Amino acid sequence: MSFQPTIVSFLCNWCSYTGADLAGTSRMKYASNIRIIRVMCSGRIEPTFVLKAFREGADGVLICGCHPGDCHYHEGNYKCLRRFHLLQKYIKQMGMDEDRLQLKWISASEGKQFAELANSFTEEIRNLGPCKVKEVMETLT
Amino acid sequence: MGNEEKKPKINLAIYWGAACGGCCVSVLDVHESLFDVVAAADLVFWPIALDIKYKDVEAMPDGHIDVTLFNGAVRNSENEHMAKLLRKKTKILVAYGSCSHMGGIPGLANFSDKESLLQRVYDDTESTENPKKIRPQTEYEVKEGVLDLPEFYNDVKTLDQVVNVDYYLPGCPPQTERLVEVFMAIVTGAELPPPGSVVGALAKSQCDECERKKSDNKKINKFYRPWEIEDDGETCFLEQGVICLGPATRGGCGVRCIKGNAPCRGCYGPPPDVIDPGAKMMSAIATMIDSDDPEEIAAIVEQIDDPAGLFYRFSLPSSILRRTIK
Repeated sequence: MSFQPTIVSFLCNWCSYTGADLAGTSRMKYASNIRIIRVMCSGRIEPTFVLKAFREGADGVLICGCHPGDCHYHEGNYKCLRRFHLLQKYIKQMGMDEDRLQLKWISASEGKQFAELANSFTEEIRNLGPCKVKEVMETLT
Repeated sequence: MGNEEKKPKINLAIYWGAACGGCCVSVLDVHESLFDVVAAADLVFWPIALDIKYKDVEAMPDGHIDVTLFNGAVRNSENEHMAKLLRKKTKILVAYGSCSHMGGIPGLANFSDKESLLQRVYDDTESTENPKKIRPQTEYEVKEGVLDLPEFYNDVKTLDQVVNVDYYLPGCPPQTERLVEVFMAIVTGAELPPPGSVVGALAKSQCDECERKKSDNKKINKFYRPWEIEDDGETCFLEQGVICLGPATRGGCGVRCIKGNAPCRGCYGPPPDVIDPGAKMMSAIATMIDSDDPEEIAAIVEQIDDPAGLFYRFSLPSSILRRTIK
């Protein structure tokens, strides 16, 4: 059996989680590697959450929020976008492939797009192979 | 005076692990308060100042030392041995200074590893001539017997990653006044905070103490290194585009760097309940970027040359990722 990556996905309550919910209620099938965590806004996702996910064994982290201009709280998704760029640069410096962290916009009506994204991201992480952060942490204790 | 003489003195030890010596100097900086210190405490172990050997510490009964101020990170087997030994001999073990608290400057070695560090030092530096490729050995036989040297570890650790720590006194080095306050609290038998607490620092951030002019809405469209811009001496560094770690750093030092017109570098560590100071600072800095356009944001972020080194200058080994992976 091929490598099954563990993917943690943070979805904003108003657009992306509803989009993922739509994929479910429409009975679309997508990779079960994605573990969804609902947050109120993508602006709530702190770098700490992402780093902790990697430390606990995530091979990839996918953040989804409302499309630009659509944020329920006006600018939470822009804040997320800015943090995302900085965080990608940081994890690259720490020896990780920056593509293990991705940010995509999914609206409440984009169930199909979410299912496709879940599949393509899972495939991309599968190609990158397992993330070694957790393994390295275990050698440290 | 009569009553004071009857009061038993406490046993105080000060030790350095992987440290620069600045923490020990900060203890000496108590100046004339040193008389109050020695009136209340016997210094039973302090390698920088007293000729007391490791075997003398080993001979002490367990719990003999009331307070140990341990400064420096744990970098080799000697540091680890002494951390464990002092833990056994000490009632209150204090991680003193940034290195034992969070890894400090020596902790930046976690961006590298043992082999590449040794290679740089013993082979590659421009001034090195080492045709026999000699490297430090943990044991070496001479005619008088076997000499041993501490083993150099691959990773730098904080003190609490090796032994239980009762209190943390942050700073690089800790402000001497804070040390005196904490010390006096211990010797006078004042009620101590619960074990695991950070002492000698505030619960609020540097910004709370900082007197520079601040506005509510910080916007940055260009980051400057401190030397690239003329500081006006009164506006918040962040509002001038200079990265200052004040928002994610505990106050208590008296904002000495900022008062000296240098941005905060984060030696006092994170405020309460923050796990990872660098992540918190990245969070704060990123939201100040004055753009909604992905490409422009990426270009502004690109101006921060070394986010890992900048935001984790004192805290890499205690951070979530702790070290680079290969």
